[in-house]
Amino acid sequence: MSRVRVLVGTKKGAFILTVDGQRKNWDISGPHFAGWEMYHLKGSPVDPNRIYASQTSGWFGQIIQRSDDGGKTWNTPGSSPGELKGPEGMPRGESNKFVYDGEIGKHLWYDGTPHPWEFKRIWHIEPSTTDPDTAYAGAEDAAIFKTTDGGKTWKELSGLRSAKSRLWQPGAGGMAVHTILLDPKNEKRIYVAISAGGCFRTDDGGKTWKPITKGLKSPYELPDPDAEVGHCVHRIALHPSRPDVLFMQKHWDVLRTDNAGDQWNEVSGNLPTDFGFPIDVHAHEPETIYVVPITSDSLHYPPEGKLRVYRSKTGGGEWEALTKGLPQKDCYVNVLRDAMCVDSLEPCGIYFGTTGGQVYGSADSGNSWNAIVRDLPAVYSVEVQVLP
Amino acid sequence: MIRVVLPFHLRNLARVEGEVELEVAAPVTVRGVLDALEARYPVLRGTVRDHGTLQRRPFVRFFACKEDLSLEPPEIRLPEDVVSGAEPFLIVGAMAGG
Repeated sequence: MSRVRVLVGTKKGAFILTVDGQRKNWDISGPHFAGWEMYHLKGSPVDPNRIYASQTSGWFGQIIQRSDDGGKTWNTPGSSPGELKGPEGMPRGESNKFVYDGEIGKHLWYDGTPHPWEFKRIWHIEPSTTDPDTAYAGAEDAAIFKTTDGGKTWKELSGLRSAKSRLWQPGAGGMAVHTILLDPKNEKRIYVAISAGGCFRTDDGGKTWKPITKGLKSPYELPDPDAEVGHCVHRIALHPSRPDVLFMQKHWDVLRTDNAGDQWNEVSGNLPTDFGFPIDVHAHEPETIYVVPITSDSLHYPPEGKLRVYRSKTGGGEWEALTKGLPQKDCYVNVLRDAMCVDSLEPCGIYFGTTGGQVYGSADSGNSWNAIVRDLPAVYSVEVQVLP
Repeated sequence: MIRVVLPFHLRNLARVEGEVELEVAAPVTVRGVLDALEARYPVLRGTVRDHGTLQRRPFVRFFACKEDLSLEPPEIRLPEDVVSGAEPFLIVGAMAGG
């Protein structure tokens, strides 16, 4: 029987939740890296036991961790016992060395003046769909890095910052590449989303990038609502069978594109509010999508204190509230952008974590929910793996 | 031998318990101690000081013999009691406040 492994990054460590294919009786391990902010953990689609993790601290900076045994043991890449005895001798300690390529350059600062790029942390790691040693990392200040040696060294794909980055300006949450989507049918095509930066696409493996924001409107956030860059994109998602169709949860508005981002159209429909952070797509139904509406940019909690996932089976426009098993009063948590995911079992499983430390799971495509765990630190990210 | 006390999270990262003892060539300076520390424990590169600039991270402090050496130039020589091993060199995570 298949097993499911959920990787949870929190404000104070990482947790690994495992269960059999019935998805009922969960085991919880952790905290791993106790006390550190764990922005994101994600396994390689090629080798599920290869897991990358972003570990960060306001005191001690960025660390990249890697597990090659499904999260039982961890090492900073290049420093596992086997690698220490390798031909390279002592590790160079560069798995956390994220250096902007070439001239550092400047973006707009809060006061409107140019400000040099400063590396702060890695928000998201996206392992390659074909090679376990290759992965991409989304950084704050906004940039994308790539490793081809299992995380021992990282190199910036600096073409992204050629896409009008002088006009990017951080919001209150910083300015980070928080979403990286790899086109499973075209390894040269990558999408990224940047908070307060926008959405971008490369068709040449990361050498050149262009903004893909036509149709986005931000009348309350930007002086020019139709600006090419600067939109606060919160999350984008795709179904692997249709990588030209993207869904977006923006600061305000839920949108979709059917042509790889060349034109976006709003599909907020009857949502109670179209502000929110995560968005994801059903594993087997490419037109079924999920969001978690949040009251507003000023009130980061669910409307009326009712935690509701909304599902559209029509690719947006028409939405239904999913409430069974979720708190329907006095709930004032948030669900962050990387804290929702879907598994590939039948029926599709949906998972999300909250800033109140709950991780909820649904084993029936969202019809009903259970709290897998209730009292973790604030959840930053949730990823799931289905294991043979 | 120079005795170095690491903060909790860096001890975990380096997988050491208690103090670390390092051989540091004379004259013993803050930079010399950090160089020796990172050579012994490459995993600590980038955690105490920046990879590229070698600047101390803002919320890391250096103490020795009841003195705060954090703002001193890294070439400053450490006190004789640290050089002799009578006193440790402390790398400290700054107070968060609150």
